[in-house]
Amino acid sequence: MQLISYKTQRTLTPYLYLVPAIALLAMLTLVPIVAVIRYSLLDNVIMNKTPVFVGLQNYKTLLTDEIFIISLIHTLYFTIMSVIFHLLLGMLFALMLNSRVVKPSVKGILRVFYIMPWAFTPVIIAIIWRLLLAPSGVINYLLQALKIIDSNIAWFSSFSLSLHTLTFVNIWAGYPFYMVSLLAGLQGIPKTLYEAAAIDGANEVQLFLNITIPQLLPIIVSILMLDFIWTMQVFSLIWMTTGGGPGHATEMVSTYTYKLAFSSYKFSMASTSAIIILLLSMSVAFFYIRHQKARE
Amino acid sequence: MKSKSIKHKRIIIIYAGLLIGLVYAGFPFLWMFFSSLKTNTEIFLLPPKLLPEIFTLKAYQAVFSSPMKVRFFLNSYLVATVVTLLTLLVAILAGYSFSRYSFKFKKPLTLFIISTQTVPLITLLIPYFGLVVAFKMYDTYFALIFTYMVFTLPYAILMMTGYFNTLPKELDEAVMVDGGSTFYTLWRVLVPLSVPGIIATGVYTFLLAWNEFLFALTLTKSTEMRTVPIGIHLLMGQHAYKWNEMMAMSLLGSLPILIMFLIAQRYFLAGMTAGSVKT
Repeated sequence: MQLISYKTQRTLTPYLYLVPAIALLAMLTLVPIVAVIRYSLLDNVIMNKTPVFVGLQNYKTLLTDEIFIISLIHTLYFTIMSVIFHLLLGMLFALMLNSRVVKPSVKGILRVFYIMPWAFTPVIIAIIWRLLLAPSGVINYLLQALKIIDSNIAWFSSFSLSLHTLTFVNIWAGYPFYMVSLLAGLQGIPKTLYEAAAIDGANEVQLFLNITIPQLLPIIVSILMLDFIWTMQVFSLIWMTTGGGPGHATEMVSTYTYKLAFSSYKFSMASTSAIIILLLSMSVAFFYIRHQKARE
Repeated sequence: MKSKSIKHKRIIIIYAGLLIGLVYAGFPFLWMFFSSLKTNTEIFLLPPKLLPEIFTLKAYQAVFSSPMKVRFFLNSYLVATVVTLLTLLVAILAGYSFSRYSFKFKKPLTLFIISTQTVPLITLLIPYFGLVVAFKMYDTYFALIFTYMVFTLPYAILMMTGYFNTLPKELDEAVMVDGGSTFYTLWRVLVPLSVPGIIATGVYTFLLAWNEFLFALTLTKSTEMRTVPIGIHLLMGQHAYKWNEMMAMSLLGSLPILIMFLIAQRYFLAGMTAGSVKT
C-alpha cells in the first residue's frame, strides 16, 4: 500500500511542479491563438456585436492589399539586413575581444561598453538616434564638416532613406547579443585544435575558416534563427522613430497590423495579418526547434 | 625582426578596431548623457559640442518635480518587480521538474516551452486586448503583469533548468535519503545553491518587463497607469521636444537596468547563453 502510493506520488510529482508554468503558458498562448484564428475568419469582430463567418475572405483581401505586400517586403529587407550585419559586427567584436594581444583588463572594460546598446530600451534607443540624426543634429554636422554630404539630411523622414536609417539603428541595437554568444562560443573552442593546425602550417585565415567557423556553426545557426524571429516583430523602435512613415515608406507587418487594429479598428483584418506573421515566424521556428533538438 | 614588425602592425590594427568599436557603441550614450546636462537651447547650438557650456541639473529637476513622471517610474518598478518575482517562482518549480525528473511527457512539454518563445507578441496582442476588455482588466496593473509572463516565463524556465542541470544530482538524492521531501530539497538545498542562476534569470526577466512597450501601449490607457517607455512616448508628442528632459528621463529609465547589468554581468551572460542558445 505504502509502496504503491509512493510510486504514484513519484510519477505525479514532476507534473505537479509543472502545473503553474504549463497552465499559465497555455492560457497565455493557446487560448489567444485559437481566438485570433477565429477572429480572422469573421467579419469585423470586437467592433461588430454579431460578427458573421466569412471564411478566408479576409486573407484574400489582405494578400491583395498593396500596403500589406509593401510592408511584407520592408519587413523582409529590414530583417535580412539586420541579421546579416548583426552577425558580421558581432563576430568582429567577439574576435577582437578574444584576441590574445589585448590585455584582459582592457577587454573587461571594453566588453561592458560594447554590450551597452543591448541594455537600453528600444524606446530610448529610438530617441537617442532621433536626436543624433535630427536634421540639425550632430551627425549631419559631422558629415558636412567631413564634406561627405553638402546639406542636412532628414534621415528619418526621407522617403528614400528612412528604411535604411531604421535598419542601421536596428543593427546598432542588436549586435551585442551575437557578440556575447559568439564570445562564449570562442572561449569554448579547445586551444589544442589551433595548435595542431598551426604545426601543420595553417595560416590565420585557414584557421578561421576551418576551425573557428565550423566550431561556432551550431551557435551561429541558433542565434541567426532566433534573431530572424525577433527582428521580424520589431515594433517599438519603428513606432518611436518613423511610425511606419513617411507615407508607408517604413511600414512593416508589425506596424501595419497595429494600425489596422488600433487606428482603423479593423480587428478581423488585423487578426489575419497577425496570423500571417505567426505563420512566418513558425516556419523559422520549426527549423530552430529541430536544430535545438539535434544539438541535444 | 620582420615577424616582430608584423606583430606590431597587428596590435595596432586590433587596437584601432577596438577604438572605432568604442566610438560606435559608446558615442550615442555619451551624447545622451551630456545632452541631459545641457539647457534645451544649447542642444542644437552650432557647432555642436559634446560637453555642455553650462552644466545644469534642470532637466532632472523637471522630471523629479512632475508627479506624473515620477508615477511612470513607480509603475515600471512595480510591474517589473512583481513580474520578476512571480516568474522566478514559477520558473524555479518548472526548472526543478525538468532538471530532476524524467517523465512521460517531458519532451513534448519542453518543446511547448521552447515554441512559446517564438510566438510573435503582435499576434497575441489582439486577442489579449479582446480578453482583457472582456474580463474588465483593461487599464490595470494586473493586465500588464499577467500578459508579461508570456514572454518572461519561457526564458526563465529554460535558464533555470539549465542552471539546475549544472548541479550534481547526488546532492538532492543525499537529502532525500535522509528523509527530506522533494519540496524541502528544492527550497533548502537547490535554491540556496542556485543564487547566481536565480540572479541571472531575475535580471533578464526584469529587463524584459522593464523594456516592454507594445502591451503597455495597448492594454493601459490612463496616464496614471503608464510605464516609463510609454511615458517617454507620450512626452515625445506633448512636450514639443524638450530634448534635455527627454534625455534625462531616458537616462533615469535606463539606470536600473544598467546598475543591475554591471553588478550581475558575469552571472547574467553565462545564464543568458545557457538559456537561450543552448536551451
